[in-house]
This record gives sequence, C-alpha cells and structure tokens, in this order.
Amino acid sequence: MAEGVITLTIDGVPVSVPPGTLVIEAAKQAGVLVPHYCYHPGLEVAGVCRMCLVEIEKAPKLQIACATTVTEGMVVKTQTVQAKDARQGVLEFLLINHPLDCPICDQAGECELQDFVFQEGRAATRYGEFAKRFNPVEDFGPDILYVPNRCILCTRCVRFMEDLAREPVLNVSERGDRAFVGIHPDARLDHPWAGNVVDLCPVGSLLSKDFLHKARAWELDKTPSICTGCSQGCNISLDTREEVVVRVRPRSNLEVNQYFICDHGRMHYPWMNRGDRIEAPLVKHNGELRATDWEEAFDRVVTILRGAAGGGKAVAIVSPGASSEALALVKRLLSGFDWKGAFQVVMGDEAPLPGVPNLALRAERVPNAKGAERLGYTRDYAAALAAAATASVVFVLDDPDCGVQTAGALIYAGTVLPAESTCRNADVVLPIANVAEEEGTFVNRDGREQRYFPAKPAPGMAQPAAWVFGELVAAMGLAEAQR
Amino acid sequence: MSVTEDTQPVFTGAVLEALQAVLGRYPTKQAALLPALWLAQRERGWISDRVMAEVAEVLGLTPAYVKGVVTFYTMYHQHPVGKHFVQVCTTSPCNICGAEGVLKALLEQTGARDAGATSPDGNWTVIEVECLGACGFATPVLVNDDFIESVTVEKVPALVRKYR
Amino acid sequence: MGFPHQPHPKETVVLSQYFGDPDARTYKGWVKRGGYEALRNALATAPAAVVEQVKESGLRGRGGAGFPTGLKWSFMPKAKTRPHYVCVNADESEPGTFKDREIMRWTPHALLEGAAIAAHAIQAEVVVIYIRGEFTEPWAITEKALAEADAAGVFGTIKVYLHRGAGAYICGEETALMNSIEGKRGNPRIKPPFPAVAGLFGMPTTINNVETLAAVPHILNRGAAWYRGLSLSNPQSTGTKLFSVCGHVQRPGNYEVTLGFPLKDLLYDLCGGPLPGRTLKACIPGGSSVPILTREETEACLLDYEGVVASGSMLGSGGVIVFDDSTDMVYQIMRLARFYAHESCAQCTQCREGTAWTTKILERILAGQGKTEDLDLLLDLSENMTGKTICVLSDSCAAPIVSGIKKFRGEFDAYLAGARSPVPVG
Repeated sequence: MAEGVITLTIDGVPVSVPPGTLVIEAAKQAGVLVPHYCYHPGLEVAGVCRMCLVEIEKAPKLQIACATTVTEGMVVKTQTVQAKDARQGVLEFLLINHPLDCPICDQAGECELQDFVFQEGRAATRYGEFAKRFNPVEDFGPDILYVPNRCILCTRCVRFMEDLAREPVLNVSERGDRAFVGIHPDARLDHPWAGNVVDLCPVGSLLSKDFLHKARAWELDKTPSICTGCSQGCNISLDTREEVVVRVRPRSNLEVNQYFICDHGRMHYPWMNRGDRIEAPLVKHNGELRATDWEEAFDRVVTILRGAAGGGKAVAIVSPGASSEALALVKRLLSGFDWKGAFQVVMGDEAPLPGVPNLALRAERVPNAKGAERLGYTRDYAAALAAAATASVVFVLDDPDCGVQTAGALIYAGTVLPAESTCRNADVVLPIANVAEEEGTFVNRDGREQRYFPAKPAPGMAQPAAWVFGELVAAMGLAEAQR
Repeated sequence: MSVTEDTQPVFTGAVLEALQAVLGRYPTKQAALLPALWLAQRERGWISDRVMAEVAEVLGLTPAYVKGVVTFYTMYHQHPVGKHFVQVCTTSPCNICGAEGVLKALLEQTGARDAGATSPDGNWTVIEVECLGACGFATPVLVNDDFIESVTVEKVPALVRKYR
Repeated sequence: MGFPHQPHPKETVVLSQYFGDPDARTYKGWVKRGGYEALRNALATAPAAVVEQVKESGLRGRGGAGFPTGLKWSFMPKAKTRPHYVCVNADESEPGTFKDREIMRWTPHALLEGAAIAAHAIQAEVVVIYIRGEFTEPWAITEKALAEADAAGVFGTIKVYLHRGAGAYICGEETALMNSIEGKRGNPRIKPPFPAVAGLFGMPTTINNVETLAAVPHILNRGAAWYRGLSLSNPQSTGTKLFSVCGHVQRPGNYEVTLGFPLKDLLYDLCGGPLPGRTLKACIPGGSSVPILTREETEACLLDYEGVVASGSMLGSGGVIVFDDSTDMVYQIMRLARFYAHESCAQCTQCREGTAWTTKILERILAGQGKTEDLDLLLDLSENMTGKTICVLSDSCAAPIVSGIKKFRGEFDAYLAGARSPVPVG
C-alpha cells in the first residue's frame, strides 16, 4: 500500500485515491457514476436524498456513497439487486408528487430526475389516483422562479445560500410531505451569486427567468469560453441555439471558479448577439467610408504604415477585452514605431462568494487587463489619448467610445461603429469577431492564461482580430523578423 | 376574525431581559432561537412574519432561516388563534379510548366547529394533535398551558364552562 | 407503583417509590429521602470510577435503543480539551410512552441528580435538559426543583439548564434534539460523527434518557451488584424499568418491574386485564415504533431487551399499547402511519414521501376503495422505507404496517373484499 493512498474496489475496478475521499468521488475514478441528488462536490454533504445507496462489503446495510469515506480494501458494489432496488425505490418516491410536466419544463433533457429514472426507474407508477402535492409557482428573485411541484427537496439551493453565499434567504419550510423550499416574504433571492441555485437544482424547480422557455436543452450547442464580465476569469460555457447565445453557464475549474459564476457574468452575454455589427472592411474615399474587401483594406493599412514608418510616433488604444494574441500582434505591427499602448478599465463593486476562497466578481470589469499589461500596454489611457493627437498612426482596437482625435492616420478594428464614435473618422475600419466568435487567450488577475473558443460564426466578413493583425504583420514582413 | 398586528417591537424591557438570560447560557446566539420564539408567542399569541424578522435581527439570523425553524415546530402559531387554544390528542392509544368523541364534543361545545378553526367569538381554537405523551390518561387535552388528563365526552361541558 | 394506582405486590419499586408524593418534589423532601447523597459521593469520586460503576450495573438506555449506559459514557474523550455536554432527552413523544413525564412530575430531583452525576462522570460543565413543549406541568415542576437545587448549590460547578421543545416528535432522536437546542430545525444528523465526538455545538456530548439518568443515583447508592442482581431472565437486561400501559386495560398507568417480567402478568395482574367482556387482541410492547404482537405472542413475552426481540418485537421505550377485540387494527395502523407522516422531518426521500403514501393507501383501504394489490404494495414500500434513511422514523412507520399485515391480514382482506363497511377517514 502506497503512502497516503487508499486502494479499494468499485464494481470490480481497483482504484487508488487519497485518504478522506468519499466513495461517490472514488467511484467516478472507476468510471462509475453513482446516481445522486443532494450531493454536489461544491457543497457540504447533506446525505438526505438517499439516492446514492450502494452495497459495501461487511457493512450491515446499504450505505450512501456521498457520506461514506473510503477505507483500505473496501469493496463497493453499486449494481447489486439490493442497491438497485433501493435506488429504484427512491426514484419512485420522488416521482409520486412530481408533476411529470417535462414537455413544458426548461430542465427537460438536462434533468437528473429524468436521467436516473431513465437509467434505473420503474416502467410505471404505482401511485394510482392520489392527488399530487400542489403549490403555486413563486417569484424568488430578479431572475429566479421556484416551481415547488417539481422540487425534490435535495436542499442544494438552501445549502448554497447558507454555506457559500452566507446569506440564508432560502429555507426548508414545514415538514413531512408538506415541505417545500421557502423564503421570507420580505426577502429576495438577489445575492450577486444567487443564479447558481438554478444550475445546482437537479430538476426544473428553480428556473432562470431569462432562459424561461427559450430553448430545449438538447438543441443547445455548448462552447467552452471564459467570462468577460471581470478579471476573475471564470470558466463558462456559451450555450447557443442556432448561432445565438442564449445562456451562460459555469464550467467547473477548481482553481478559478469551482462550479460557479456570478449573476453579472451570467447576464453578460446579450451584446454578443447584437445585430448592429460592422460586416465589411471600410476604407475612406474622399472623406467617406466605403465598404470594400479585405485586400484593399489591408493595402490601405500597409500604405499608411509604410508611409509613416521610420521614427514616427504610433499610439494603440485597445480594449482589455481583446485576446492576448490580437494585442501581441498589434504591438508587433507597431514595432518599427516609437509606440505607446493603453487601455481603460471599467470599474464596479467587488462582490465575493464568501464560502469559496479567492472567488469574487472583481471590481475590474474586464477579462484581459493582465494580458495587456504583460504585453506592455499601460493603464495611462489619458496620456495615450493625448499622444494620439500628434501621432502619425493611431490604432484603435474595439474601443469605439474612446473619443480619440488625431492629426495622423486612424485605423479602427472593431465589432461596432456607433454613430457618435470618433472612430468614424478612421482611414480604415476593420470588422472583427467578438469573443463568442473567435478563439483566443485571456490572462486573469492571478496570471492564469485561459483559452476560449468560438461558439458562433462572425457576421458578414468580420474576422478574428488575431487573424486581421496576423495578415497585416505578414504583409509588413514582420512575421519572419520576429521569429 | 380580523386581527390588527401589533407592530411594536417584542424584545424590549422584561422580554428582552428574559432573552438575554438565555443568551448567556450558550456559545451561540442561534441557540436562543426556540426560547426567543416562545417569548414572542407568549407576548403576542402568535408569531407573525414581522416578529420572525425581529427575532432574526436580535439573534443575527435571517428572517427566512427563522421562518424555516418556525414552520418545523407545530407549537408555534403562524396565525392568530383563539383566546383558549385547545389541543386534543387523537393518536392511536387515545383514539381507541374515545379521543375522536372528545374532539367532536369540544368542537361543538366551544363553537369552534372545525378543527383548526377559531370560534366566531374569537375565544376558542381547537386542534387535533399527535401524541401528547400521556397515553395512560386518555384523553389528554391541553388548554393553553393547562394539561388536563382523562377527558371524556361527559367531562367536556364542565371543562368548557371553566374557561368560558 | 402504578400511578395513579397503589403499588402492586409484583412491582419492584425503585424509580417510582415516591410517585404521588408531592413532598418528594421539593429539595428538602428529596434530601430527607436520601436524595443528593449519590451526587455528593460521586463528586468526590474520580469520573472514571463512576463510569465503571454504571458499566458494572448493566444499566442500558431506557429511551428505546437499549445501549449500555456506562459504555456510552466511556466513549467520551478522557483527556479534556474542549467543553463537554450532557443532554437529557426529556422529549418523550413515542406514542404509548408516558414514563419520563411521571418521573419529572414526581421525582424531578432524581433526574437532576442523575444528570449531574453523568456530567461529573463525563467531565461536562453543562447539562441541557430538553423537555417537549407540550409537557407544561413536568416543565414547571422540574424548573422549580432545579431552582431549589441550584439555590442549595448541590451541583458544584455544573450548570443545569432546561430547554423547551416546540412540537416535534423527531426531536427525541438524539442528534435532532441537539440541532433543536442549537436553534435549528430538528433534523437528525448523518452519523458518524457520533455525539461523543461531535455532539451539541460540535463538542463531545453524551445524551441519556430521563429514566436512565433517574436510575443512576440508586445504582450509586445501593451498588452496581444490587442493580445487576435485578434480572429475571437474561443477565444482559438488568434493573427495573417503568412500563407505561395504555389502551384497553382496566388500570392503565406506569408500572415498575424488574426486567424479564412477564408481559402477561403486567397486563392481567398489574393492569387488571382487559375491560369487562373483552379479550386481548394485540399489543405493541415498546412504543408505537415496534412491531405489533398477537395475543399469543404477548402472553408468552418476557419484558427485557432480549425477551421482546425473541417474541418478534422490541422493548423500545416500554410504552405498552393494548388493543382488545373491539379494535379495528387497520384503522389503528392507519393512525400510526398518519402519526409518522405528520412527524417526518422531510429530509430523507423514503420517509418524507413513504410515510405519507402508505397513510394514503391505508386510508383508501379503510374507505372501501382498496385494490387487491395494495397489501403487496404496502409491504414493498415498507421494505423501501426500512434501513435506508438517516434515522429510524421511516422504519418506525413501516414496523406496524408490516407486522399488522402479517398478523392481522384477515382484517385488511375484509375491507378489500367489501366484507366490512367502509370507515370515513378525515
């Protein structure tokens, strides 16, 4: 037996895990998912749903895998007749008061009650003609509805609010089969991290109003991404339906956000779908921007850069929401210049999730300030804007509201071009993809580099900024020089 | 029965002192929750949402937490009850000794009519409860804090008269 | 003594000696009767030696589980690094049981003395006596006794507090009781950890039933060997026990007998047997949570931990519910199931849903709407409710259902066949 390792057998598969590991976690290592409801790796163990009953050799009765710690030589069997019967029994009890309104339930398709009944449940009900428990839908908070009839009392939501949010606004009310998840009439489920209860709910009992009846779970494509709502760098999934982002959900990353995201990040997506995008490169002809192709646009940029090169001054005003790749290529493009790059950071209130160390909605509401700083961009935004006035070349990367004025050439690469933007004065406008449409890297506040991936196509001719600046770097002959 | 809730704080003066005596016993303020609710109910006759919020404030809890606890314990009234609150045990051992008849007689004699309802004069609320722990003295009845043993249908009229 | 009756010659009167004697409730009266001598002696004895005496006596928990008391005390940490607690379970709520109520009403000092001895034995600073909210009279009497004893300074540095429950049977489960004291819903906790490791406020805690603790001063006064000698059948069951007898007998009440005493003698001699013209049909010997015995089983049953198990039930709390031939067993089993459905804390799925569902099926059978497969369904649901939850409330609901169907199937079948008039259930 290796030092600090416990070896046990789960359904005949030997596994070695650290001491203190729960059987339900050890089972995952053996490739066995023990059905469960109240257990969640990010929450305190409750041991109440009794779904994860398994047989453990030498134990006098079935044990719950979520509250049993591994011991050396333990033999766990999840598929014995007794264990399966017991779990089938739990499923039957859970279903007797469940409305089975799956056709109109948001959770359908990603419902753990559906899944485990599908796997292990009875083919038919024995409940007969008895009336099911009925309680009306309740409005719990700005984005959360509670459908008590679907609730299986797993208490994940109650424990999240109590142990992690440390704001126990939810309770279990009443007892016996009259019990439900309750709230005080004067309270709201509006904690900055409250939305996680919707993800945690294994059934369709807690619903996001934003996502209500928007899409069926099986129609969604899920793309791994990184939240752009602040500098924490929470790992997320962008859930799209027919190339529209309809929902943001957390992806687990124990180092960054465990299993959670804040409500600010959760709601930080509608702009990804906005329709007023720049769809073609634009170049200035006789003082007017006109649509063109990429070739002409690149030619115009190269001409400007070659004309201004040789000791000229250049300024880059960039968005700290741009990928590190794009920011690095902008910098390389300006390598022949006396250049200055800066960005502006939008600030807000910090909102921690108290029960998880080092997890908060950060005051810095941008995803890649750290990445920009590492590349030499500074926070001296005002100085950069002042320098832009006299620079020979100014690049603006997706910061249309910067208000830049320059006597030199202005090149704007961006997703949108608002009517009042001074970037309308640009010599060249390059349409780029937003974060949901490209692959890239952000560096979070702790210096962690994290990749994100495209969830939908960019509109029209728009291209990822890294591709746009990569082409320009190549056209300028700077690509080889750097290698 | 229409009730105007007393919106003055409960925990002042002697009530607050009584609560502070309990707080001194335990390592957490939360442990004083059941005693605090008893004190509040003794003062007000029931525990309103407002009182739950006040108890939460006093003990450093949230109103929802307090409500979860209040709804667990059947002796805390979440609604106003009659001046005389009558609990009749009807669990099996009392049932076989005639408890259902006692309940019926109490409902009739008090005018409360239905278990859980309050009589029109506001004087009586009669409820059916599970085991009162005096099975050898069937049927036990609690009238407010008075524990009355061996109530029979015949004894009900006198019992009601005593409190009327 | 079989309060409210005179003692019967077949009783062994220890705990109940002063039942009915109001003077014994007072501190002075209790001291006059030899009270607090055991505590005084215990406080002058090493805690381990007190534990040893209780172990030696063979005393087992009187609340229902029958765990050896001295052994339980010995689980507490010997080296004291944190506060220790004694919890007293005075949440007597098991249908059929009303013995702790009598102890608190008549001999509150016996409880206080025993609890203080326990505190000394396990090195606890604080004793919390949790009394169910409905016990207004036992509360008032015990509160007065405590004030007098405190004023007399008998507890030394040990603090004794009363804590009032508020209507929840499940708070008689030891960890639910601790949660309740802590100001929480009375939800039983998953175990381990056990209370001796992490109990009240997360500290090492011993919890004992009222009757258990009330026996301790007698053991210390008269010696472990004396107590051990009180045994009529199995040497693992020692001492006297209060049996609360209710239902269809001529003289219901509490009776104290030596363990191993025949149940038949308890019912026919001490309690005067069935009501005139009636015969005994069934008996639940240990509170409503244990299996029902038939008349034959009842009459052959010896009242000790092993004897009742041999008869097919459990000694439990010693709450004896007697049903005569006038009883509709189906109706009574429904009442018991309804009790558990009312009291389920709602944590575990099987209990929350199962207690309510089985109640509905029993109501359906009584209403004449039963289906032929209902009995098999009840048995199958009962199987799913047994041995699978945090505490045994769910099992307790299943016990009378399973034993009832097994032993009184004819009564169920009569409803199912329409041979019996439907009973309205409200």
